[in-house]
Amino acid sequence: MGLLVKERSVVVPGEVLAEGLDFLPSNGTYRHEEKILANQLGLLVVDGKVLKTIPLSGRYLPKKNDIVIGRVMDITMMGWRFEINSPYTSLLSMKEGSFDFIPKNANLSKYYALDDHAVLEIIKVTSQNLVDLTAKGPGLRKLKGGQIIKVNTHKVPRIIGKKGSMVSMLKKATGCKIIVGQNGLVWVQGEPKSEILAVDTIHKIESESHLPGLTERIKSHLEQTLGIKIEAEPDQPEEER
Amino acid sequence: MNEELKEHISECLKSGIRLDGRGLEDLRNIEIEANVIETAEGSCRIKCGMTEVIVGVKLSVGTPFGDTPDDGVLMVGAELLPLSNPDFESGPPSIESIEVARVIDRGIRESKVIDTKALCITKGEKVWMVMVDICPINTDGNLIDIGSLAAIIALKSATFPEMKDNIVDYKKKTKKPLPLKNFPVTATVVKIGSNFIVDPTEAEEKAMDSRLTVSVTADGKICAMQKGGNEPCTIGDIERMIDLATAKSEELRRHIGG
Amino acid sequence: MMAYKKRHDNRAVDETRPIIAKAGVIKKADGSAYFSIGKTAAYAAVYGPREMHPKFMQDARRGVLRCNYNMMPFSGMGERVRPGPNRRSKEISMVTEKALLPVVDLDDYPYAVVDVFIELPQTDAGSRCAGICAAAIALADAGIRMKDMVAAVSVGQVEDLLVVDLDYEEEAHEEGDVADIPLAMIPSTGEITLLQMDGKITKENLLKAIALGKPVLQRIAEIQRKALKEKFDNHGDNNE
Repeated sequence: MGLLVKERSVVVPGEVLAEGLDFLPSNGTYRHEEKILANQLGLLVVDGKVLKTIPLSGRYLPKKNDIVIGRVMDITMMGWRFEINSPYTSLLSMKEGSFDFIPKNANLSKYYALDDHAVLEIIKVTSQNLVDLTAKGPGLRKLKGGQIIKVNTHKVPRIIGKKGSMVSMLKKATGCKIIVGQNGLVWVQGEPKSEILAVDTIHKIESESHLPGLTERIKSHLEQTLGIKIEAEPDQPEEER
Repeated sequence: MNEELKEHISECLKSGIRLDGRGLEDLRNIEIEANVIETAEGSCRIKCGMTEVIVGVKLSVGTPFGDTPDDGVLMVGAELLPLSNPDFESGPPSIESIEVARVIDRGIRESKVIDTKALCITKGEKVWMVMVDICPINTDGNLIDIGSLAAIIALKSATFPEMKDNIVDYKKKTKKPLPLKNFPVTATVVKIGSNFIVDPTEAEEKAMDSRLTVSVTADGKICAMQKGGNEPCTIGDIERMIDLATAKSEELRRHIGG
Repeated sequence: MMAYKKRHDNRAVDETRPIIAKAGVIKKADGSAYFSIGKTAAYAAVYGPREMHPKFMQDARRGVLRCNYNMMPFSGMGERVRPGPNRRSKEISMVTEKALLPVVDLDDYPYAVVDVFIELPQTDAGSRCAGICAAAIALADAGIRMKDMVAAVSVGQVEDLLVVDLDYEEEAHEEGDVADIPLAMIPSTGEITLLQMDGKITKENLLKAIALGKPVLQRIAEIQRKALKEKFDNHGDNNE
């Protein structure tokens, strides 16, 4: 009876997490008769009486106010259609495309051409999963140069770190410009060697984030590779998973 | 292809480094395992960086072509399985997969590595047919070179099945290998901007201006070529690409052994 | 000919051939798996949820599950298998979809599709079951919500014996009644999601054979779950 699985362990669909009526199911779990089972691959979280999981994989679903990186896949009369690494494409209207007034017959490629990448904000997601974007906001812009890598969307919070601590350590150590989109696309630009190190480190964070002591490990990885000492950032307890 | 990324790859190459940290003329690490498929007469699994390919050789008995009544038949197929890459689609073979198959086929055929006369059972009636199929599981560029190498190793590992009363018994393999000699090796050089690289990744292939695939026989002669990419090459480029491909083919040849 | 009283490879009647299961074997996929049982091996890759083409196949209520079963040309016991879909592979693709659909929850993904590609590099009977086992692991690996795994194995009769996991030699046995029954089950409920059969068997023996398969399917589900967990051991990096 009671909890059958340790908190923070990896649980898989169909796994029995608890027996009896002491616990309640939530995200990623469900009740079947007197048992609570997992219905998604994830890490188990016990929140009082509630059992839920934090997903470890799965594609990005657009959410309002998310900052995402997108690629122009089509230019229409209305604006630009962006691919945002999600099941649903999104639209950047002419009105939201630029602070400048875009005249009706303007050549839209001048602003964003096919295959261009941009950092954008999601301003609306309808019930039909139609997604509207804006390019008007601080930091939102077309991305020039650099490369874009794909990471597991669910690891984005770990790559960013608490209050941005991880990504700012990475930026400082490698001297690269880095933008992490909530949709699992990351833009990295810098000197070739540091860029390779930054990309490498991001993938390391991605694959090791479920193991304890992440910040320390990443810090010493950077220190060893670069042969420098990174000053500990203040306020850096082990981040939330 | 995103012009910005292409520009970026090109800029990196100028400083002698690739996005995955390799030098311009470095091959990725290669792992090879032969005889991995029991239902095939010969097979090979090859991993090169993130690219992973399984090649199987099937032998069967069939009728020879009318104009070559005493020659066995060689067939090379490749399928860019949608399992291996989100950009590959189900359906009839794409032009990309046809090119991969044809270029690998040409390298094998023109090197005369298989003695097709020795595959003849009864002139004009029965010959052995050798069918090589290339199936990528993971793809990250350079399928032609990697598939070619795996095809040769799969052919080398193949043995004839037993034949009784003119019927092939696939359950029983003999120890008799295929009649092979003078193995060809295929190497591709890709040009991006003014730089030449080998063993390209998928991103590098997307950024390429031009490409030259060269198959080289054991005695150092060229037996097949294919130029790819949308940009033209100068004769000087081609000379340089052949030199580099030939040098790399020697490196790749070490994996074939004996 | 001796009556078939003992399996040709000395297995117990409820013993499967050795199973190997791995999750996360295909880097570019959203989820993937390898599942082999004896000499039958299957890869599965999941792409999606992603935009559904052709558009007329979109479903406004939920995402669509689309399975594609394919034998590699050199994977058959006899001659080369001609590449591309055929009637057999299309039917298997369909029953695979139906075997998996009851556990999969795609309500969050209207208009989208989840593509499952199953490739068999080598077969020795039981390939659709191996494909389903691989596909279930791959779907879970892709983070798709599913109330349980789906485990599959063939059960059946070979002359005097009721057995699980028939290999090719048993399927091709020529004496007495021989039946091959591919079976898939939702382990937590015991419900059957795939049931096919060819050969000859009495109703009593059919039910006995299914009963013999049930605990085996529970064990297979454990192997599938373990494969998913192992992906997160040793730095969660199964691919390098």
